[in-house]
Amino acid sequence: MDHTQSFWQFVAQQSDKLWGQTWAHIGLTMISLILAIIIAVPIGILISRKQKLSGLVLGFASVLQTIPSIALLGVMIPFLGIGPKPAILALFLYALLPVIRNTYTGIREVNPAVVDAARGMGMSQWQILTKVELPLAFPVLMAGIRTATVINVGVATLAAYIAAGGLGEFIFGGIALNNSNMILAGAIPAALLAIVLDFLLSLVQKINLKSVRVAWLILPFIFVSMSSFYLLPTQIGGRMLGGFTPEFMGREDGYLGLKRVYKLGIETVVISDAVMYKAAFEHKLDVISGYSTDGRLKAYDLITLKDDRHIFPPYYAAPVVRNDVLAKYPELEPTLNLLCGSINDSIMTALNYKVDQLKQSPEKVAMDFMVDKKLYKPARKGTKGTIRIGSKIFGEQYILVQMYKILILGNTDLAVATKTGLGGTKICFDALTNNQIDFYPEYTGTGFLVLLKPDIQTMNRLNGNRDDVYQYVSQAFKQQYDLKWLKPIGFNNSYALMMRKEQAQSLQIESITDLTKHLNQK
Amino acid sequence: MIKAENLVKKFGSSAAVNNISFELKEGENLILLGTSGCGKTTTLRMVNRLIEPDSGTIFLNGKDIRTQQPEVLRRGIGYVLQNHGLFPHYTVAENIAIVPRLLKWDSETIKKRADELFQKLNLDPSLKDKFPAALSGGQQQRVGLARSLMVNPPVLLMDEPFGALDNLTRISIRKEFKVLDELVKKTIIMVTHDVQEAFEMGDRICLMDKGEIKQIGTPEELLFHPANDFVADFLDEQRLQLELKSVALRELFPGKGNENLTVWDKMESLLQNKNTGDDQVNERAAQHELTIGKLMTAFSSYKDR
Repeated sequence: MDHTQSFWQFVAQQSDKLWGQTWAHIGLTMISLILAIIIAVPIGILISRKQKLSGLVLGFASVLQTIPSIALLGVMIPFLGIGPKPAILALFLYALLPVIRNTYTGIREVNPAVVDAARGMGMSQWQILTKVELPLAFPVLMAGIRTATVINVGVATLAAYIAAGGLGEFIFGGIALNNSNMILAGAIPAALLAIVLDFLLSLVQKINLKSVRVAWLILPFIFVSMSSFYLLPTQIGGRMLGGFTPEFMGREDGYLGLKRVYKLGIETVVISDAVMYKAAFEHKLDVISGYSTDGRLKAYDLITLKDDRHIFPPYYAAPVVRNDVLAKYPELEPTLNLLCGSINDSIMTALNYKVDQLKQSPEKVAMDFMVDKKLYKPARKGTKGTIRIGSKIFGEQYILVQMYKILILGNTDLAVATKTGLGGTKICFDALTNNQIDFYPEYTGTGFLVLLKPDIQTMNRLNGNRDDVYQYVSQAFKQQYDLKWLKPIGFNNSYALMMRKEQAQSLQIESITDLTKHLNQK
Repeated sequence: MIKAENLVKKFGSSAAVNNISFELKEGENLILLGTSGCGKTTTLRMVNRLIEPDSGTIFLNGKDIRTQQPEVLRRGIGYVLQNHGLFPHYTVAENIAIVPRLLKWDSETIKKRADELFQKLNLDPSLKDKFPAALSGGQQQRVGLARSLMVNPPVLLMDEPFGALDNLTRISIRKEFKVLDELVKKTIIMVTHDVQEAFEMGDRICLMDKGEIKQIGTPEELLFHPANDFVADFLDEQRLQLELKSVALRELFPGKGNENLTVWDKMESLLQNKNTGDDQVNERAAQHELTIGKLMTAFSSYKDR
């Protein structure tokens, strides 16, 4: 009970953040909705008049609706950058279809005899629209607005991926950190928000037809007043802006550690790693969290800052192998160790760059490298037995697996089966302990923090020392799982803070301590 | 009062109305009669410019209707539709106030006029605050008529005004409307496909087919002097009933009848008396100089004349 926080404790502790995110969420939803209504209702009226346009317009709006939300957000970054602007535009586009379609349907469903009577009595086009068609179409139109509202509350959670805030920050942070209190603290308010907004709009929808004209005036005011609670994040003028993943924000070897150890005071936004590097490249962000061997580091001309106070534990890659396999095929261990020392951080980054950015196949990248390093030998018989290699689902692991395959085939009589794309750390590890695979490349820091889950004392004792961590995980894996960590390959794929190279150089920032000093100057 | 000259209206390549001309005097009722698609409704809708003719001109009081803004023109012409066209989101009182409000009448005047019409049209004042959906078909049609009469327009256009009603309601409402003083003085163009209705309501009938006028004339003219085979054939099915209805009793017995009844009316009342089974009444009928037999003999000799 001491270390497990209850949901209510979490909410109480994070209530400031929770309120901020909730208001941001309402603001994103409402502003985009109002924009959608302002644009979509006239379009709906237009296509109800000009039938020929209706297919085209509704078709186009439907296509917008089918674009995956994350893709839509990503596409907008180059034009609108990150933050609320692209999020609002994306939400706006999603809200268009239901509102246009229901305006159109509502007006089309008005009894033609009533419109004919209105014309016959001498009402003008405008009078017919405002006194007959719109009031009669109102319930259908409102149903469309309600649909759009519920959709937008849901999609707005994704805004957290592009630094627009909202309840998605808790939801995705919670998922990344495996913290269910955090997930619920985001998900429950989001669900309640959808229900409450839908209920409020249902009251508007039921307003007596006679007072509809008044409702039309009130409606926008309700929306605007609700939206006014939401203040767009203040523009950052001259100051630096940090963009961190939801996971990084909640980790001790992440933002929490940066604040505690370095006393780093930087304005931050939460963002997905899919768009983070690009946003940094395009000067939307100045400091980002990333992985030190990520290929995009090279692609976007970023450099990592030195972790001079060691808050990021080392993540040295090494194969983790089943002991029974090593005993059965003694030639395996020396073969796998052939790779040791040949790959450092910058080489691994360059290799990742070829796969991630130049879109070369991992097979080709591995082969080119092995030939270059004279580690390639033609395949031998492959008759002795089969080694099953696993990997997690990203480029670096694919490359390593291909390198090991080349080594095994060239230096032993063993055959190789690869099982790449095992979702995550836990899946890979379970496959290994359950004898589904024989080995896979793992990182010392991951083995330490994710699989062994040490207590705080152990963490402080090891204090990010490369060899100590390696020793600790080797021993623990041997005792607990009968697995062996072979020698580390040589590169360290750890968390790192990154900046644009030219900016870091012009400000003479090389380490995180330099960054902290720079930020504290004023 | 209304004069239409050479009206032509084409929808696509086919002519809905092909070179039609007619004229109405003040206070006259003209019935546009014909099957669906004959162009009668198109013709009617050209009078208040809901449809603009491709060529031809309509004059209202000697003035080309195109010289007026369509909205202004329509506010001065009553318009009654088959499906009443009442606004479902307006109460009865609000519905009938639409045109007066467009003409900027004050509420007091509107209320007075509404009360007056409600009384004349046998509508219960308590209906005023109800929505049209709560009214019976007959009530809806009366409200529809009241709405078109509110500003007392000299001209009334009626498009199948009784079409949505059941038979019994239709006949009774028709009789009522026929003697309504508000309608008697009006110049009315009414569209119908119902031959009985046309003969009952019309001073003159304009029988149309495929966008053309086959004959314009009084009911008697169409019945007894059809201009062509189409007119004769069109009326044949209900000829006897129509003839009985269109001939006044006093035409058969010039000296005696001062009653304003048709032969049909008289026959109906004679048949009713017989069916009462009351001996006294039957006796009286026998003594009466007129029996059904005598009536029919007189009628056939009238036709031979």
